[in-house]
Amino acid sequence: MSRLLPYPLLAVSLLAMWLLLNGLSLGHIVLGSVIGVAASNVTAALQPPRSRIRRWHLIPKLVAIVLVDVWRSNVAVARLILFPGQHRRVSGFVIVPLELRDPAALAILACILTCTPGSAWVEYDSTANKLLIHVFDLVDEAHWIDLIKNRYERLLLEILA
Amino acid sequence: MNHAADLPVWAALLVSFLVLLGAGLTLVGAIGLVRLKTFYDRLHAPSLGATWGAGGILLASILFFSVLQSRPVLHEVLIAVFLTVTTPVTLMLLGRAALYRDRSENAADVPPPIRADGEIRSGDTI
Repeated sequence: MSRLLPYPLLAVSLLAMWLLLNGLSLGHIVLGSVIGVAASNVTAALQPPRSRIRRWHLIPKLVAIVLVDVWRSNVAVARLILFPGQHRRVSGFVIVPLELRDPAALAILACILTCTPGSAWVEYDSTANKLLIHVFDLVDEAHWIDLIKNRYERLLLEILA
Repeated sequence: MNHAADLPVWAALLVSFLVLLGAGLTLVGAIGLVRLKTFYDRLHAPSLGATWGAGGILLASILFFSVLQSRPVLHEVLIAVFLTVTTPVTLMLLGRAALYRDRSENAADVPPPIRADGEIRSGDTI
């Protein structure tokens, strides 16, 4: 199993991508599977860090939370751009101490924070395991630290870790 | 779109709404890019277009072609996935370049480099 499929998730993702691009049919399932297995074996030569997903059932929850947050952040930032006079907006940097160390989990956190228009991932230090983000509308630093740690990081720790 | 007239009214309304929503958010992001004062503020504006701006248009595309062809057309999902995965790369590159510039110029309002207490790393450039 592990010799044929060193990165099963990658192989499945490639198969899914193949089917999305070419349509669902038996021939494409076979061809996509061959490509998925072959490509994930080639990738093994690069030895990317291996992450194990432990709790699959929490992934939809994370996706739902992120979609809602990204939407709310879109609305908030759009409002601030269109009506800049409504309240005095202060932007600033926040340092967030992290517990996450898994590279895949950090990458997902980067995607989440970047896709939320209100926050931008600026710098990460792996030695101190601290993250520097820039916040568009900074009202309360503690609120952002709490948001990242309790809303995203805890779920990511449970899913990957 | 020769077949756009074949679209049922409900789908046409929903598709128009989603396209306008996506285009509107992208426009607001572009306006923000022009209007905002500092570089770090401007980092946030294009995210509007990269997330729900693109999302609205992609959802509209999925709906439009799925209804017209009476089968699920989902390859737009890939555009959304790759957009989400690649946006952080450019954003971090720009953000860190700006941070490096500002720190080397000793600009105000820029936080000092993060480091573990008392540790000096060899790869540290600042």
